[in-house]
Amino acid sequence: MAADVTLTGLSASELAQRLRDREVSALEVAEAHLERIAAHDGVEAGGDEWVARDADALGERDVHAYLHVTAAAAREHAADVDRRRAAGEELAPLAGVPVAIKDVLTTRGVPTTCGSRMLEGWVPPYDATVTERLRAGDLVALGKTNMDEFAMGSSTENSAYGPTRNPWDLGRVPGGSSGGSAAAVAGRLAPLSIGTDTGGSIRQPAALTGIVGAKPTYGTVSRYGLVAFASSLDQAGPFARTVEDAARLHALIAGHDPRDSTSVRETAPDVLGPLREGVEGLRIGVVRELAGEGYEPGVERAFADVLERYERLGAEIVEVSLPHADYALAAYYLIAPSEASSNLARFDGVRYGLRVDAATAEEMNAATREAGFGPEVKRRIMIGTHALSSGYYDAYYLQASKVRTLIARDFAAAFEQADVLISPTSPSVSFRLGELVDDPLAMYLNDVATVPGSLAGIPALSLPAGTAPAPDDPDAALPVGLQVMAPLLRDELMYRAAWALEQDLGPLAAPTGPSALEVA
Amino acid sequence: MSLSPDEVRHVAGLARLALTDEEVAELAPQLSSILDYAEQVGEVAAEDVPASTHPFPLANVLRPDEPRPSLSREDVLAGAPEVEQDRFAVPRIVAEEG
Repeated sequence: MAADVTLTGLSASELAQRLRDREVSALEVAEAHLERIAAHDGVEAGGDEWVARDADALGERDVHAYLHVTAAAAREHAADVDRRRAAGEELAPLAGVPVAIKDVLTTRGVPTTCGSRMLEGWVPPYDATVTERLRAGDLVALGKTNMDEFAMGSSTENSAYGPTRNPWDLGRVPGGSSGGSAAAVAGRLAPLSIGTDTGGSIRQPAALTGIVGAKPTYGTVSRYGLVAFASSLDQAGPFARTVEDAARLHALIAGHDPRDSTSVRETAPDVLGPLREGVEGLRIGVVRELAGEGYEPGVERAFADVLERYERLGAEIVEVSLPHADYALAAYYLIAPSEASSNLARFDGVRYGLRVDAATAEEMNAATREAGFGPEVKRRIMIGTHALSSGYYDAYYLQASKVRTLIARDFAAAFEQADVLISPTSPSVSFRLGELVDDPLAMYLNDVATVPGSLAGIPALSLPAGTAPAPDDPDAALPVGLQVMAPLLRDELMYRAAWALEQDLGPLAAPTGPSALEVA
Repeated sequence: MSLSPDEVRHVAGLARLALTDEEVAELAPQLSSILDYAEQVGEVAAEDVPASTHPFPLANVLRPDEPRPSLSREDVLAGAPEVEQDRFAVPRIVAEEG
């Protein structure tokens, strides 16, 4: 019997309810998603472990959200959940719901590549804390998702294993760097997934694929087992198709972890309790600097519509200023590459991953890194090495770190006037594959609205806020994201504001049209 | 600022990247334009502003110095490109004396 295809269209909360009511088994839910992955993702299905086809063997309609699908382990875990449920065991709220994991989080016994040739074939000997928490909550892991190499990029085109395609238009990018995780959820190839966000790598792909994606307060989700890009910014978070689902996944993965020395000791905020409290009387700040030049007209129209809705819902709209936000992108593109150049020094051909043989250790290091890293990773390592080098440190890294302080102060002042801040998540809708790949600086501008919050460490999410045409296609209707930012450790406020808008907007219609992925 | 091909080679040496001549030629203008953009941070008056490297004030985090279970030697060495006598093996680091 064919699996029930409509199962892949349900939200995680709906699936969890049906599982609890024993209307459906976890194995059926896993099977429905595996079938859809086999049909649409460009993997070699069959056997215990499914591997993505080589980039040149992928079809133009293959989403390529997954690099590795753990089919047998998913079936086994799902069957185990079913057995324990049948035995009357008390299970976690999302037990039996599938999840996909960005390939930057370690998974014991399952290859973890970070989208890089450097780690091709590497099998980690340990689980990330996030991976452990998913397992402890009995979420059924389907596999590892594609990403920009070492999480550096805004389109997933920097993956060494070929780009992921946007389910809304298979000729366009899903955003990045967590593009595989976003496309998996948008394309109904998983109801939930985990991404990581350093300068917008959860929020921007959520916006471009029409789903919800959240970056929790820095330090509230453990970085243990998250392969480091920029340690003072990296943060794992949830993707889902509804705000409630994202909050549920957020609640599952957040919490103090003694194995991460930057893990905050405060109890992570309860993001579920206040979810439905509405926005009446809530002060919503519109950030003056995150609008105008560089933002597409369609994006600005969708944002204006959001403001009208929030006003109608009883929120108080106030204009706020982040005076140093205009310098955030410049500071970010010094700080993040500086940290990256240091973090990626570990890929030296000695302990894991690729080695290119040479006569001396130093030549071996340099030849290995030359062969293992792609162009964007090399660019960032070069920028970071230069910014930290003798004679340039003060003007670049140190000055950027001072600007970071000013941006954090700007946010603190803005949050005196407003409970949450909003802006478009991305200045543009999804762009075409290949459109920006040769212009690094233009690609970086995708992050202009997301990096200020990253530098301040505050929680921020993106939720669908209507559609807009593309500059190259006035008839297109592509998703626009709204970014909601909240003060440090007040993650519940952004979910509350997002949930109220989601109720008012209603669900975003599934992707349609000849260039979209068909969804049931 | 603009980086010359020689400066790009110097930085690549610091970063242990054996870049090809083509990559050096491509990177020089790309890095220059990124640095030109990033130099905007210098326009901000920030002499009296403390640098921050982290969203929260951080103190050293210590744990009791007690033995705990850790990865086995076998697990740790399993991903290594070359292993010799239960150790990571690397090419010669110190030159032989003549």
